[in-house]
Amino acid sequence: MTCLPAKTDKKLGLAIDLDTCVGCNACVTACKGWNDQGYGAPLSDQNPYGADPSGTFLNRVHSYQVQPVDRAAITVNFPRSCLHCEAAPCVTVCPTGASYKRAEDGIVLVNEDACIGCGLCAWACPYGARELDAAAGVMKKCTLCVDRIYNENLPEEDREPACVRTCPTGARHFGDFADPDSKVSRLAAERGGFELMPEMGTKPVNRYLPPRKKDALDASPLAPLLDIKATGFAGWLDRMLGKI
Amino acid sequence: MHPAPSVLVFTVLSGLGFGALAFLAVFVHPYGWPAFALWGLGYGLAIAGLLASTFHLGHPERAWRAFSQWRTSWLSREGLAAVATLVLLAPVALSDWLGLGLPRAFAVPGAVLALATIATTSMIYAQLKTVPRWNHWTTPAQFFAFALAGGAMLTGQGVAPLLLALLALALLAHWHYGDRRFAEVGASMGSATGLGPLGRLSVFDPAHTAGNYLMREMIFVVGRKHAARLRVIALVFACLIPALILFLPAHPATTGAAVLAHLVGAFAARWLFFAEAEHVVGLYYGKRQ
Ligand code: SF4
Ligand code: SF4
Ligand code: SF4
Repeated sequence: MTCLPAKTDKKLGLAIDLDTCVGCNACVTACKGWNDQGYGAPLSDQNPYGADPSGTFLNRVHSYQVQPVDRAAITVNFPRSCLHCEAAPCVTVCPTGASYKRAEDGIVLVNEDACIGCGLCAWACPYGARELDAAAGVMKKCTLCVDRIYNENLPEEDREPACVRTCPTGARHFGDFADPDSKVSRLAAERGGFELMPEMGTKPVNRYLPPRKKDALDASPLAPLLDIKATGFAGWLDRMLGKI
Repeated sequence: MHPAPSVLVFTVLSGLGFGALAFLAVFVHPYGWPAFALWGLGYGLAIAGLLASTFHLGHPERAWRAFSQWRTSWLSREGLAAVATLVLLAPVALSDWLGLGLPRAFAVPGAVLALATIATTSMIYAQLKTVPRWNHWTTPAQFFAFALAGGAMLTGQGVAPLLLALLALALLAHWHYGDRRFAEVGASMGSATGLGPLGRLSVFDPAHTAGNYLMREMIFVVGRKHAARLRVIALVFACLIPALILFLPAHPATTGAAVLAHLVGAFAARWLFFAEAEHVVGLYYGKRQ
């Protein structure tokens, strides 16, 4: 049913740390790998070894350059996956009821057996979190690894999303944002976690943690080098060359 | 947004068809074979449009499921309204053709639903906050103006030139406000990434080096540079030429010519409706500042 639940018991989601993410794309690969073998239609690739490869991914990592006014530019790596929005517009637009938000934990999912592949939900999502699979003709999106987090066949430490489990720098955190004492809630509170495009009114659950402030160098890092007085042979060479 | 041919055909033809059905139901009382031809045209256009809309589905065989979510989904409401219109007007059409003398009051619910179908079609687009150009009252205004002007022309109504003038105004309004909508909504690369407060932003490395579904479907940049010329073509063909032709003595041939010219303009306008519409996801790709 595409009516959104008035309230969900839990608000499961991710806190993504833009300070520690190094843009290695391990989460992209882990997500693709996990979602190729279990839940729903596999994420297909078209022409993967050809001149114009294309494929379905549920998580992609962008890189931005940020140029502050008073400091050196920084690179920010930016993973982008479904934010499991509370007011998910992708759910309400769905004509078939294939898209739904779970009342128990807030995860937004697609019932692939009911999806007609109209693509309207992908249009309604501001974040580009949904991709229509070209081979299966159904909509794919992040499942928050619903087939891992409750999976008792997996060892306890693996019962978290594949992207979180695999991240070598620990930049992705999984937890319940409805619980103010959860790790993700505390992280978001301490680090000033923010929503993406709040003006779209989607009320995302996921939070992004901003890059920490970098030190500013007082002057040009090369400035001390300019004063070096060469001695010995180098000094002689320096004087000789200066005369030419 | 990618102007998929199936969606262009769907919105243009079904809009014209349902507009014609609304006029046939209330204002035109044809009889015999002319009735068969007119109603047939209305039904044919509406059904052709609806069929075209299933061509862009990944699973058209499941299309029946789209009737279920009318409580929240405009697309679902559109499907229901369309089918209900076609069912409710069928006895009226038959009665006109065979002269059964069904009281005209029977046509009123069908006419109302035909208008509702046009409204729901437009709301599929107008509801999307993610496409600021569409998320505005000028979208339903444009869809209504097209359906009513086209329907009036097709059924030979005297009010057609007036409706064509209104259509021209609706198109101008859609372009005028549409050009400002993205800025008005305020989404930027800064708000999309949340990094805006830190400094000036630019794409350092794209997330992928080849195209993907998002870019093909929602980041359509081809042909925007021809927008100004196409706007003129749309106005001239959809409104001006048909209005001039309609001042010639009424004859099926002049009506046909007016409708054909109108359709050329309608397709140009609808192509622009999609091609010029920018989705906020383009911000992540630096396709808009
Ligand atoms: S991020 Fe997009 S797909 Fe995910 S819940 Fe929000 S609107 Fe829906
Ligand atoms: S593509 Fe599937 S999930 Fe998305 S709106 Fe259409 S039917 Fe619903
Ligand atoms: S939670 Fe699972 S499905 Fe979602 S991005 Fe991470 S790995 Fe992919």
